[in-house]
Amino acid sequence: MTPPAIHTQDLTKIYTVSEREAGMRAAVQSLVRRRTEEVRAVDGISFDLAPGEVVGFLGPNGAGKTTTLKMLSGLLHPSAGALSVLGHTPWKREKDFLRRITLVMGQRNQLVWDIPAADSFELNRAIYRLPAGDFKRTVDELTELLDLGPLLKKPVRNLSLGERMKCEIAAALLHRPQVVFLDEPTIGLDVTMQRRIRAFFAGYNQRFGATILLTSHYMNDVEALCRRVIVIHEGRLLFDGDLASLVQRFTSHKTVVVQLEICPDNLDAYGEVVSCEDGLATLRVPKAETPRVTARLLADLPVIDLTVEDPPIEEVIERVFANSFPEAEKP
Amino acid sequence: MMALAQLYQAQFRISLATMIQYRASLVIWLLGQVLEPVIYLIVWSNVSAAGGGSVGGYTTGDFAAYFIVLMVVNHLTYTWIMWEYEYRVREGTLSAALLRPVHPIHADVAENLSSKVVSTPGILLTALVLSLIFRPTLHLVPWAAVAFLPAVALAFVLRFLVEWSLAQAAFWTTRVTSLNQLFFVAMLFLSGQMAPLTLFPPAVQTAAALLPFRWVISFPVELLLGNLTPQETITGFAAQAGWIVLSLVLLRVVWRAGVRVYSAVSG
Repeated sequence: MTPPAIHTQDLTKIYTVSEREAGMRAAVQSLVRRRTEEVRAVDGISFDLAPGEVVGFLGPNGAGKTTTLKMLSGLLHPSAGALSVLGHTPWKREKDFLRRITLVMGQRNQLVWDIPAADSFELNRAIYRLPAGDFKRTVDELTELLDLGPLLKKPVRNLSLGERMKCEIAAALLHRPQVVFLDEPTIGLDVTMQRRIRAFFAGYNQRFGATILLTSHYMNDVEALCRRVIVIHEGRLLFDGDLASLVQRFTSHKTVVVQLEICPDNLDAYGEVVSCEDGLATLRVPKAETPRVTARLLADLPVIDLTVEDPPIEEVIERVFANSFPEAEKP
Repeated sequence: MMALAQLYQAQFRISLATMIQYRASLVIWLLGQVLEPVIYLIVWSNVSAAGGGSVGGYTTGDFAAYFIVLMVVNHLTYTWIMWEYEYRVREGTLSAALLRPVHPIHADVAENLSSKVVSTPGILLTALVLSLIFRPTLHLVPWAAVAFLPAVALAFVLRFLVEWSLAQAAFWTTRVTSLNQLFFVAMLFLSGQMAPLTLFPPAVQTAAALLPFRWVISFPVELLLGNLTPQETITGFAAQAGWIVLSLVLLRVVWRAGVRVYSAVSG
């Protein structure tokens, strides 16, 4: 068995934050004695990623996703627990380690604002000591995959957000990292650009066998790229498994969409009516009852078309976070 | 070594390109660097004229020579890293630097040197113009003029290392501006920027010589003006070398400790 690309065991990060009440009195008091509070941003999470895996890392804001990514990439020192990436201890930030990973954050820039991206690429070539031949090949490849051609010669500040993001991603991948951490790589981008970037990472993963750990607010990103997802909430691991079983596990209802001639009055006899317009009805039906309800619908009403769907993944995730699902805490 | 040379080359090109984008602000910044010594020069010239043509052994022409050379030396050894570091820590741009397999100080050195390439001709031209206006008396001693070059180079290295180390204070406190002010006031008095050190009381002179201050600006100036004996010059070089070694050690310690703090709290 090949060793995992990423291994964490009871990974924990505790921040000590000082707190005080608003107001003058409290300000003076805090000069003398600071009250501090411990915040467990990441609270004992364990998971392994095999080389070449693409895993979605999900959780609401403040769940500990970015803190975890920062520990994995070596920017943060864990408070407790074991951690290894490609056999290295990230926080030591050994050069061999840094040459094999990358962290792409939506807002952070690799690129120098006032000059063309191509010049920043040259700088990265020197930083990562890339042989000229390899470098050129990679740049050509990334240029083709991300359609960078006309962008590379313009000063970065003249690029649109999406164009800049594409150049940022290229800059972060010039050294062909084996492990890629993506923190909201498509944030703020339009749908077409999001799709392009998703397709690009899928391609990158296939071509180079890179391990990718991705956080995103857009479930489309996750659905398109990741078979496996890890869900954390308040620093704890809620779920680790494939996307389909996440949906299975956390949905109690299915969505039944029926096309009828007109909307009948007694539709709520079949399930909770989400909407009905021009004969197109959407019903929310308990999972166990779905076969019986669909049979009754087909028998009772002049059905033109009928589909049974799982609720959208966003809704599932929302429900995961809304309920604490105690049984889900044991992965 | 080869790789480092390539890194400097690439960083150098980027810094130059960036600087050329900001020509106007560069000119304004240079103006500040020129104005300060000129103001002191005018003040001291008046003081010396009022004192019958000389103060503490400095004639009006000596003052002119002192402050014009000082302007050039200050420019050649200047760094802005202490102002920039707070911004880096606060804005998190340091994180990107920490993820690169190369020490971030190299980028700073290259950037600083490239800015000097752009601005030094301007400063030298200004020195020439000021010389025509203020008529400095300069007694060039050939060996001292030659020794001046390594003295300036070492002064630059020392000032860079000291200020880079002090800049790391940004890891511990979010308000380093007051700390920076304190340092620059000390620089103003103890490095000879406000007046030649020999005009200060002996205690101040001793402090300036025991601390790195004299060796980052005043020493090369005194050397070029022909105020130092060969013996004093050798002592000066030794002091510079000693402080460079010390500040290298300091830099290493502070940088490591700073990164540890950074990776404990913010990343």
